[in-house]
Amino acid sequence: MTSASSNSLDHRISLRQRLALRGIDGVTLLVLPAVLFLLAVFIYPFIYGLILSFKPKEGGTFANYRTFFSDPFLYDTILTTLWLAVPVTIISIAIALPVAFRVRLMTHQRLLTTILVLPVTLGTVLVAEGLLNYLGPQGWFSRTLMLLGMIDRPVKLTNNYWGVFSSLIITGFPFTFLLTLSYVSGVDPALEQAAATHGAGSWQRFRHVMLPLLVPGLAIAFCLSFVQAFAVFPSAVLLGAPAGPTRVISIAAYQAAFEQYDYSMASAIAMIMAVVQLLIVVAVLGIRNMFYRGSTAGGKG
Amino acid sequence: MLLASSPFHEIRLDRLSRAFGAHNALKDVSLNIRKGEFIALLGPSGCGKSTALNCIAGLLSTTGGGIFIDDKRIDTLKPEDRGFGMVFQNYALFPHMTVRQNIGFGLKMRKVAKAEIEKRVEEALNLVRLQGQGHKLPGQLSGGQQQRVAIARAIVIEPPLVLMDEPLSNLDAKLRLEMRAEIRRIHNQLGATTVYVTHDQDEALSLADRVVVLRDGEIRQVGKPSDLYERPDHLDVAEFMGYRNRLTGKVIAKDGDRMSVAVGNATLTGTARASLKVGDTAVIAARADDVVAGTRSDQAVEAVVETIEYRGREFVGTARTPQGLELVFHAPQTAELGSAIWLTIDPARALAFAA
Repeated sequence: MTSASSNSLDHRISLRQRLALRGIDGVTLLVLPAVLFLLAVFIYPFIYGLILSFKPKEGGTFANYRTFFSDPFLYDTILTTLWLAVPVTIISIAIALPVAFRVRLMTHQRLLTTILVLPVTLGTVLVAEGLLNYLGPQGWFSRTLMLLGMIDRPVKLTNNYWGVFSSLIITGFPFTFLLTLSYVSGVDPALEQAAATHGAGSWQRFRHVMLPLLVPGLAIAFCLSFVQAFAVFPSAVLLGAPAGPTRVISIAAYQAAFEQYDYSMASAIAMIMAVVQLLIVVAVLGIRNMFYRGSTAGGKG
Repeated sequence: MLLASSPFHEIRLDRLSRAFGAHNALKDVSLNIRKGEFIALLGPSGCGKSTALNCIAGLLSTTGGGIFIDDKRIDTLKPEDRGFGMVFQNYALFPHMTVRQNIGFGLKMRKVAKAEIEKRVEEALNLVRLQGQGHKLPGQLSGGQQQRVAIARAIVIEPPLVLMDEPLSNLDAKLRLEMRAEIRRIHNQLGATTVYVTHDQDEALSLADRVVVLRDGEIRQVGKPSDLYERPDHLDVAEFMGYRNRLTGKVIAKDGDRMSVAVGNATLTGTARASLKVGDTAVIAARADDVVAGTRSDQAVEAVVETIEYRGREFVGTARTPQGLELVFHAPQTAELGSAIWLTIDPARALAFAA
């Protein structure tokens, strides 16, 4: 009796120790809420939507997808969205990179970073409203240019591609910038100094040392910024021409769901949207794998 | 324009200064470095030695004075235009390039022909004894091997000046001795003019042709290692050279530069390193090696043993005098903790400084 109970005790302790060796202990249970949350708000709706998209109002299993890819009014939205999201992402990174290079050397980094990041806190709608006032036909921008005699009629910068474009840049830039800054400041400054003392000018230092080390980070920044821009909705409606040049894919999904009350079609569009994003992200990460991805330190600290 | 492998006679630092706000990290440092010379900048942390090196490299701008190669002023040039080689404390190897690409980097930036680069990189690999490691990434090498790559990268461009910033401080003790011999060997083989920054006096003394001792941004003493070791000009230089025992007393007699100094009840003798006269307060400085436990005499200081360590051939311990001074001494046999002993200081090796 006594020996049996002590045996089972031994067994229990050793199991716990074995689990602990694999990094599983009481604290591991704390991931449970997160797992449940993920299942409830991400996995479940995704699978629900996926199944729903194969149950169209009329027609066979793939009727929704067939409709989407046979109607240019629908499938063109993919190109329209890419035509916004890709240039916006590339330009954001192209601006963020030199700014990050400069900010990295500054002593009052915090202040500048705060100013640059402020647009994040404003929200898309406020930015859209501001841009409508500023860039609109009666806005300061056109009026100033007219006053200076540089143009004789207002430039059209809202309710078209450029309105959405500038709004996406303004709201997306801070995020891209912060990511880029963290990657740029993660590169050991001694590497640049070493390159300089061994004869590399500033362009050569960027080209041969900084850029190769930053590619993996920039690829991640690209993916995250791209996904954010690809899901554009409010600014495409408020600042764009939602019936024409800025009819992005999320508008198509919105119209299917809340104007035609065809949830199945809306789900199908959402799935297509996810696949397009996934393809781009996988492609970018694939390119990233061809580069050096290890430590960006020059040696021991 | 690049200065690499251009013939020159000397590199001259002329009243070089660098201030950070109100703090002068470097004050009027003047030094002539002859071609082929190995110079060590030695000093405690914060003495300005790294500042001096970064100013020479061009990584830090100067706030006064100039740097000249013969008559050509170079402190206005960007680091990439000075054509120097530099070895960094943390190696600073490019982690995404192979060992070969790292070593060839400087040559590639100088647009040397591919075949020539390959040849010289191979020679450099042989020189630092890394044959067969050329294809590896720096992350796959040990610390010692990484430092060899860094040295090869700096010397392969045949620079007029090689700068080394505490290159051995990240290595363990055994490897440090090995690499020290290695650096000396490479220097003897190539004769590259070198400025080497260190806080380790052993390193400076064993490597350098001339040692420059810095303190608070100023040069305290420049000289051959043996000069500094045997005849330091100042008490702080002496301290840095291992004169850890300092006893303060009054000069009671003087015979040429031989000073007799009364410390407590003992009379200690040392060679004057400052102008002293009878009645002055003086400090007798001695290395631990020259303070030996012995018999009671007028030349011996009484002290109480506080620690004693076994060092193989002998014992090394610390003892406290009745005045409260701590002395480091050597003894042929062990001593009881708390017991009183008599310490004699070799009069031929002790130095006398003004207090």
